Amino acid sequence: MITEKTITDFIYREAELLDTMQWQAWLDLFHAEGRYWMPMEWQQQDPVLQPSLMYEDLLLLKVRVERLAGERTFSQKPKSRCHHLLQAPQIVACDPAAGVFKAKTSYIYTETRGDLLERFSGWASHDLVQVGDSLKIKLKRVDLVNFDAPFGNIQLFM
Amino acid sequence: MARYGQNAGAIQALVREAEVHRDVYVDPEVFDLEMEHLFPNSWIYVGHASQLSKPGDFITANIGRQPVMASRHIDGSIHVFYNRCPHKGVKIASEPCGHTGKFFRCPYHAWSFKTDGSLLAIPLKKGYEGTGFGDAKANEGLSRIKNVKIYRDFIFARLNDTGVSFEDYFGESLSTIDNMVDRSPEGKLAVMAAPIRYMHTCNWKMLVENQTDTCHPMVAHESSAGTAVKVWKCEQGDATETPMAVQLYGPFMSPYEFYEQSGIRIWPNGHGHTGVANSIHSNYSDVEGYLGQMVAAYGEQRAHEILGEVRHNTVYFPNIMVKGAVQILRNFIPIAVDKTLVESWVYRLVGAPDKLYERALMYNRFINAPTSIVGHDDLEMYERAQEGLKSNGNQWVNLQRLYEDGEEADATAVINGTSERQMRNQFHAWAKFMTMDMDKQVEAAE
Repeated sequence: MITEKTITDFIYREAELLDTMQWQAWLDLFHAEGRYWMPMEWQQQDPVLQPSLMYEDLLLLKVRVERLAGERTFSQKPKSRCHHLLQAPQIVACDPAAGVFKAKTSYIYTETRGDLLERFSGWASHDLVQVGDSLKIKLKRVDLVNFDAPFGNIQLFM
Repeated sequence: MARYGQNAGAIQALVREAEVHRDVYVDPEVFDLEMEHLFPNSWIYVGHASQLSKPGDFITANIGRQPVMASRHIDGSIHVFYNRCPHKGVKIASEPCGHTGKFFRCPYHAWSFKTDGSLLAIPLKKGYEGTGFGDAKANEGLSRIKNVKIYRDFIFARLNDTGVSFEDYFGESLSTIDNMVDRSPEGKLAVMAAPIRYMHTCNWKMLVENQTDTCHPMVAHESSAGTAVKVWKCEQGDATETPMAVQLYGPFMSPYEFYEQSGIRIWPNGHGHTGVANSIHSNYSDVEGYLGQMVAAYGEQRAHEILGEVRHNTVYFPNIMVKGAVQILRNFIPIAVDKTLVESWVYRLVGAPDKLYERALMYNRFINAPTSIVGHDDLEMYERAQEGLKSNGNQWVNLQRLYEDGEEADATAVINGTSERQMRNQFHAWAKFMTMDMDKQVEAAE
């Protein structure tokens, strides 16, 4: 039985996998039709006909994860690391009968590489579905508070 | 110590036939001189007329480091001004775009201006009576940039009052903009959204050179495009169609021979493009209904002519690149000698199917965003170059690939697509537009 705590635990677990760079285990959290979306507009509705920073399916996320380990991935020499500081997720929907599980989580995200450290703030919205006994990510949406600012490289996942 | 100011000879000596001195990338004084001479002498992209669809609409931009703005006047005309109040210098417009209504109003002392820049009113105007204000520069209103050209809705400006005309400056290179606009069945482009912005800690010219550098993709992008090709091979299973994403990434891994035969075309004044015979954009899937629209609009022959011209990157010297085939313009905005803001715009082909806009947006976020793996590959190289060039071991950057003795400057030619001649072409133009308004007497006295 999926409860609010199942959702919250799932979100903390996801952040833990990213922070410990268990990329494959992180990909396994996604539903086969899952998407990772970083909008570029305030309260953006359309990921396809409006510009986004990222809107990626599992294939593209796999490319990213493979690339991080590549021998000739020079932008990962030295490697990046990341840290997620999450506020307690706010449950938006938890309806096992309808199969709807949604949460919104305020975060501060840190990405470092070499001597550089960049910090970002925003909200992560999880749209989850039940597959067997567990939850999978249908859509992870990360809205940066300053989505319209010019950033340097963001190489990992918020 | 200042070495280059008012010293055209010293600037010219930085550019040899097939080498450039590293100071063009790392010396803050050279950067200051670019802002003072190169950018004001050149025609610079300001924005697109579709961003100014109604009277009172405005956009802001920078030419070099100087803030400018463009507005649509009540009679439909477009004007470009320096974005500063004639009174105390306060920027009139603070947002990238907006609508001001019938007039601009400075937020500091409420001086107001018509949308053609002329002074409309000053509060408590009687305080200027008998002061000679009528003859003051401030009485003219917003300082207008006289040399403005709107070419097929692309707004360009040249800050210096004298210099090379728009037509002579761009010449035949405008054919890439023509092709991009012609790809709309209505012959019209529209800006629908803000650009993707990406901050680069490197000199702006590294980005410009990279646009026609065809010997780096299969090397620097092996990690991104190469991995995309590899992962797709593993995952494709029985798929009969290559996903749009893989179609966009894949061609980056084309071998040297592909780029060699696809060719580079150069034009005078530093303009040029890759992908003459064909390009990495040639083999995208057809979008249903589009060809029919084009044939209906232009006729069979002309439609095929337009769609058969699939150029790769066109550099409009000094600092934009246009991709006609995917409707993208990248603006390399210099911030400091080692800092460049890249704004990558997508234009919608008015009247064309949504799928084409979807593809252009996808390409833009794959290649030109701070979250782009292809972008990560490139920025890593630029940053390493910015660092490496501080080395005194060798103060010259080599641009000699396929150099021929006595190579003609300011030529129009089609050449082998792996040549570095377009980079040489850019630096020839760089020296010319840097020095054309420097004090000739100082140069002669040397």
